[in-house]
Amino acid sequence: MKKLLFCLGLLVSTFSYSQIKDIVESIHGNFQIDAQYYNKDTSIGAPIVPQKVLSNGFGNINYIRGGFSAGIRYESYNPVMQGFDPRYQGSGIPYKYARYKNKKLDITAGNFYDQFGSGMILRVYEERGLLYDNTMDGFRAIYNPIRGITLKGMIGHQRTFFSLSPGVVRAGDIDISLNELLDSLWANKKTKITIGGSFVSKYQSSQSPTLNEPENVGCGGGRVTVSRGNFNIYAEYANKINDPAYVNKYSYKNGQGAYLTTSYAVNGFSAMLAGKYVDNMGFRSDRDQTLNAAMINYMPALTKYHTYLMATFYPYATQPNGEMAAQGEVQYKFKRGSKIGGKYGMEVAANASMAYGIDSVNIAPQNDDRQYHYKVRSFKPGEKYFHDFNIEINKKFSKKIKGTFLYSNQYYNKNIIVENSSVKEFANIKTNIFVVDVTYKYKPTSSIRFEGETMQTKQDKGAWLVGMVEWWPQSNFFLAVLDQWNYGNADQSKRFHYYLVNIGFIRDAVRITLSYGKQRQGIFCVGGVCRTVPASDGVSLTVSTSF
Amino acid sequence: MKKVTFSIIVIALCSMAFKFDGGFIFDGGKIPVVTIKNLDGSKVSTSTFTNNGKPIIISFWATWCKPCKKELDNILDDYADWQKETGVKIIAVSIDDARTMPKVITDAKTKGWPYEVYIDDNQDFKRAMNVNAVPHTFIIDGKGEIVWSHNSYAEGDEIYLYENIKHLIKGEKLEH
Repeated sequence: MKKLLFCLGLLVSTFSYSQIKDIVESIHGNFQIDAQYYNKDTSIGAPIVPQKVLSNGFGNINYIRGGFSAGIRYESYNPVMQGFDPRYQGSGIPYKYARYKNKKLDITAGNFYDQFGSGMILRVYEERGLLYDNTMDGFRAIYNPIRGITLKGMIGHQRTFFSLSPGVVRAGDIDISLNELLDSLWANKKTKITIGGSFVSKYQSSQSPTLNEPENVGCGGGRVTVSRGNFNIYAEYANKINDPAYVNKYSYKNGQGAYLTTSYAVNGFSAMLAGKYVDNMGFRSDRDQTLNAAMINYMPALTKYHTYLMATFYPYATQPNGEMAAQGEVQYKFKRGSKIGGKYGMEVAANASMAYGIDSVNIAPQNDDRQYHYKVRSFKPGEKYFHDFNIEINKKFSKKIKGTFLYSNQYYNKNIIVENSSVKEFANIKTNIFVVDVTYKYKPTSSIRFEGETMQTKQDKGAWLVGMVEWWPQSNFFLAVLDQWNYGNADQSKRFHYYLVNIGFIRDAVRITLSYGKQRQGIFCVGGVCRTVPASDGVSLTVSTSF
Repeated sequence: MKKVTFSIIVIALCSMAFKFDGGFIFDGGKIPVVTIKNLDGSKVSTSTFTNNGKPIIISFWATWCKPCKKELDNILDDYADWQKETGVKIIAVSIDDARTMPKVITDAKTKGWPYEVYIDDNQDFKRAMNVNAVPHTFIIDGKGEIVWSHNSYAEGDEIYLYENIKHLIKGEKLEH
């Protein structure tokens, strides 16, 4: 509370200076409140919520004056809504900072977000809607000694809910744009090259009476971006020293990761190919943490980011303990007036992704079951984790009608991805998904959208059918009705309908949505960790605004 | 009792929203100065965003955001006319992270967007502009002041967006 008063006092006192006109000064912020009233509905497996109402809320306030900025974020969970990490409890100000920036130097005291390269060795970020936040609380300096070179240094503790992770993180990064640095020689070169290198170290004292845990763990990496005309290449490699932790079953093996992505893109056509190798690269500032708390690095899944309900039913997340993955995508736009493109053109995107484990073997002494010691036998793919082969077509039929059509064939190793277990408890899930999404614009600012989806599968809960109608009578108001029907469930008594009615109102930056109905149980992946979120039944409200 | 309290809160918040009818006053100030990335990976400061005294539309989008892409595609149909009539320029800022970042360039090129496209993968610009969710669209006047903002996209929203650009050029009050 004292902290809040102090921050508010700071903001108010700065108003008195706002008379000076030549310096840019402003106060900005945003707010969002989500609340849900839970009905008792044990038939669909919804847990009983004794409080009946649960809510998540936050508010950001940022003050900017020239190169100086300061801000806070207040968060409140009373208690946190179903489906999120229950360790979010109560209220507080977990984010507060003061920052000064000029052309050469940028210093932050307090909380900050940052990433090195793709984030494979460090990414401090937030996904507010998903309640993922591993912000660093400490100091950061960014310095540009000469044109083309950026140096970064930081030290701090990561946020874990309303407290801080016990391990301290120290990190440094250098980023060099060769074209800017070698101005006279390279300024006009067609090829643009950026290189970078970083080192991250964490310290956490060892408490284990039996294990010899390294207290300082270092991780280093390098990266390069090359772009020439329509070609782009990005490559990154990282290596981490032994870091026995709960999530890697106390393995002492060094970790390594490599990521490569290439693309070619011209007007109307593009191709992209990416590959990734990960071996024991989980990296946290608290070796005992689980789920997605205290993560230092970020290793995103190399799969298509679907948005349709059935296509995201079985989502994949990178397996930091070992994974080989690849993704390719080709997109083509048939021109307007061409034979296939028709009057308005047509876009086609074909995408394929797959992920396997690494080919490893356990070498732990037989009498020691506390640890998983393993070695990599070969560079061949191991157990299959996931695949997704899909094709998506976008076509505008007339001024009023346009549609999206998606087919996706997926393979899902639930034991590994959700249960994080090599025990074969569940059958691997094979699905075929079809989506039709048509928008009919009956007036210039009024439209109605129909969505039909089905997922065909013999495993898990069986087949589903989804229907949705979204009506926008005017552009600031919508009404949507959705039904997800588990018609193919092998257990006839579980062939539920999950219906949901949604209304929303939008005005400038204000958005209010109210929904009533049932949410099915689902798998939710945040920060590279997938878990099951329970079903629910009730009324929920979201109010969001920014200023 | 809790049900009643909750209903009151719902009604109060909804009625609050409709009170904005008089026009939600948006006094945005200048664009915050933040470093983001060009499509070739080089760094760009948002202080370089200019359009010779003419308005700029900044649209926050992501490759996985269907309404965002719909908005930018629909604008594309009329963009040549908009530019001819008002000189407006569109800056499309992607908030994609490492997972989908390679798709920013492939999507933008395949679609043939003539917009200036940047990547805000650390979401510094998104935070500085207080964007909660994409799509979020801003209008910047000729002096670099943020004068209007809108969250979400519905079919036809671009008509209102362009009307406001025309109002801005004529020095008229913007519609909300």
